[in-house]
Amino acid sequence: MKIWLKKTVASGDLFIWGSGAGLAIALMMVIGILILIMVNGLGFFWIGDIVELTLMDGKRVMGQEAGREVIPNSVTPESPEGKSRLRVKIGNRDLYGLDFKWVDEAGIAAQVHPPDAVLLERREWGNMYGRIRAIYKGETLFAESGEAGWKSLLSLVEQANDLHAKIYRIERVEIGEINAEIERARLNIRALELKAPPHPSLPLGGGRVREGVDRLKATIAAAEGRYREKTEALEKLNARLNEYSVVMVDTNNQEKPVPVGNIVRALRPNEIGVIAKGWIYLGNVWTVLTDEPREANTEGGIFPAIFGTVMMVLIMSVAVVPFGVLAALYLREYAKQGTLVRLVRVAVNNLAGVPSIVFGVFGLGFFVYAIGGTIDTLFFAEALPSPTFGTGGILWASLTLALLTVPVVIVATEEGLAAVPRDYREASLGLGATKFETIWGVVLPSALPAILTGLILAMARAAGEVAPLMLTGVVKLAPTLPLDGYWPFFHFDRKFMHLGFHIYDVGFQSPNVEAAKPMVYVTTFVLIMVVVVLNLTAITLRNRLRKKYAGAAV
Amino acid sequence: MQTSTDPSPDLLRISVARPHDAFPGKAAKDLKATISLTDVNFFYGESQALFNVNIAVPQNHVTAFIGPSGCGKSTLLRCLNRLNDLIEGAHLEGKILLDGMDIYSPQVDVTDLRKRVGMVFQKSNPFPKPIYDNVTYGPRLQGIRNRAALDQIVEESLKSAGLWEEVKDRLYESALVLSGGQQQRLCIARALAVKPEVLLLDEPCSALDPIATSKIEELLFGLKKDLTVVIVTHNMQQAARVSDYTGFFLMGELVEFNDAKTIFTTPQDRRTEDYVTGRFG
Repeated sequence: MKIWLKKTVASGDLFIWGSGAGLAIALMMVIGILILIMVNGLGFFWIGDIVELTLMDGKRVMGQEAGREVIPNSVTPESPEGKSRLRVKIGNRDLYGLDFKWVDEAGIAAQVHPPDAVLLERREWGNMYGRIRAIYKGETLFAESGEAGWKSLLSLVEQANDLHAKIYRIERVEIGEINAEIERARLNIRALELKAPPHPSLPLGGGRVREGVDRLKATIAAAEGRYREKTEALEKLNARLNEYSVVMVDTNNQEKPVPVGNIVRALRPNEIGVIAKGWIYLGNVWTVLTDEPREANTEGGIFPAIFGTVMMVLIMSVAVVPFGVLAALYLREYAKQGTLVRLVRVAVNNLAGVPSIVFGVFGLGFFVYAIGGTIDTLFFAEALPSPTFGTGGILWASLTLALLTVPVVIVATEEGLAAVPRDYREASLGLGATKFETIWGVVLPSALPAILTGLILAMARAAGEVAPLMLTGVVKLAPTLPLDGYWPFFHFDRKFMHLGFHIYDVGFQSPNVEAAKPMVYVTTFVLIMVVVVLNLTAITLRNRLRKKYAGAAV
Repeated sequence: MQTSTDPSPDLLRISVARPHDAFPGKAAKDLKATISLTDVNFFYGESQALFNVNIAVPQNHVTAFIGPSGCGKSTLLRCLNRLNDLIEGAHLEGKILLDGMDIYSPQVDVTDLRKRVGMVFQKSNPFPKPIYDNVTYGPRLQGIRNRAALDQIVEESLKSAGLWEEVKDRLYESALVLSGGQQQRLCIARALAVKPEVLLLDEPCSALDPIATSKIEELLFGLKKDLTVVIVTHNMQQAARVSDYTGFFLMGELVEFNDAKTIFTTPQDRRTEDYVTGRFG
């Protein structure tokens, strides 16, 4: 027996099984997380049928089925399977105040899927489930209920969406441009006044300054005139938007008028086939990926958050690679190896273990207040007291994360440099290259794949980090992207949205947590996908480099 | 790198004043020393690797250093282009002259020296770059950017290294796809592209098969027209085949230096005889 045991241990079989099991458990956990997120998140895009339940007491409930569970403590000897209850998304938050309702299955008398049940996606108050009673144009009846009403509602919603597109264009693009112009002129005036105060005791330059100020003031006046025109146009469009309203009736005959301008989409889910629902599904995915958020982020899309995350990671990469590579080069190639260098190395490695919120505090104190504040007083004095760089922004957030991830890049680069064969260095030196030429021409190219490995690790870490961002520039809702069509195009001072923070915000800070739950999963899934895509890009690049420097280190 | 301030006057006379005196053998009068070493002692930190080496390397000839492993022959070779500078704690005493210039004097630019004294290593070490870039690496460092000039250097160097015919159609492929022997000849071409006066070869064939070896040996015969060749080998047949002059090293000392024929047929020293006849080694 003992010999058998000894043999088994010595053969390593136990060890192999153990290590295999460890790997399997790790894989299962990763796959489990992914499946959980995908099941919960991707189901969000599917339009379920509308069910109308008649309860024993005669009351009715209408909505989309959103789950079923066994009632706790209901398993008794008489009913071994227990009693179950349905979770129905009843919507109509303006009527009921709740989005979901639990219905005991035992209390259901009848269950139907009425074909005329309508689902309205609204810009406010969430979904509405009900039937059309009538459509009004102002005070006059425009269409009755039934098929005619449904048809006219569809075309009205389409018109309303066109109007919304126009309004969006005027608000965001045209008025945005005018505002930018006014703001620029205002700052220029301020700058002129700061440079040469319009003081009677200043004969020189004073006249020119006054001229400049007057010209700028004329520009502002002209822009304000155009602004008034635009607002008038907007008012007209808004009036048209609210011209029609549809009176909906819920399953218990409660009436509720809804302005058509408030409707994003009207659907009769019970009439739509599976293929059409598939198309709607894809459309929903597209909307989430490309649209801006609505209703405190719980509805609409997450495009600004995706954009912010990607742009922040890219800025971070641009900052962290040169910084980390230079540090590693000095540590490995130039510094005299000794106690001091060893200490520095230990310090660098420890830096990777510092909690990220500490970096956030440092970023706030150093980048935002110290550097940003200095930049403001030196270059953006005309905008003070409102800060330009002296407040959180995408640049400071990216630099903070670069600081957070620089140890990863240093360690990976150092390993890459150490793995470059001595032969390469000697060959290069033997050809009359200086040390710098050797490093630049032979060592660094060979270590490039290792540097990219460091970058991949850094990007994965940075994309998922939230805590330091909350202190250095992330916001719940950013009105503008950090990259747009206005000079200087990259607005490094702007605050931005981030998927990680979006998850926290939607999941835990939103007024309607229950309704936002699918959004949390969707955002999580998108965040994972963003990390995967960023990493795949870097890995592809690395593999191409490896092929180019085949046989090179790492 | 220290140079001895007080070299023995006798040795100084041999290596500088009348260099041809340093060469034993029949044709000695017509020889001119490219490199001459006077009282060279070399230390890796505390341990001494070379003891009082005095030797003169004749121009336009192939000189071979032979000896058992660890006898200091590679160390000596690496002293000649100051590659040992890279090793921490290593230092040299004595004088090494290249065409009368003390290569360890502080005025000497090491990179210039290494351009004049090229080196080929034991393990072929082409850079992980295209063949073309490997050959042009040295010339580019010297600031040659002209495409036509570089093309010409590549062709000349690869021809001198006997590799042109084999690679002329794939100059832009990675050097690492070449066979071991081809890689080693590419390394020779790379060294030749800098147009050195001296070419040092540190056991260049130890990792190659006999056919590749014979190709490189043939190459050496051609090379000595234009430059001085110093080769370290522990393959005695190879030293006998390729070298005009041979030095036998043992335990960091130069035991005997003579023309190859004498070393391999009638060595003066008992230890040399034991080694070349295979009694130890």
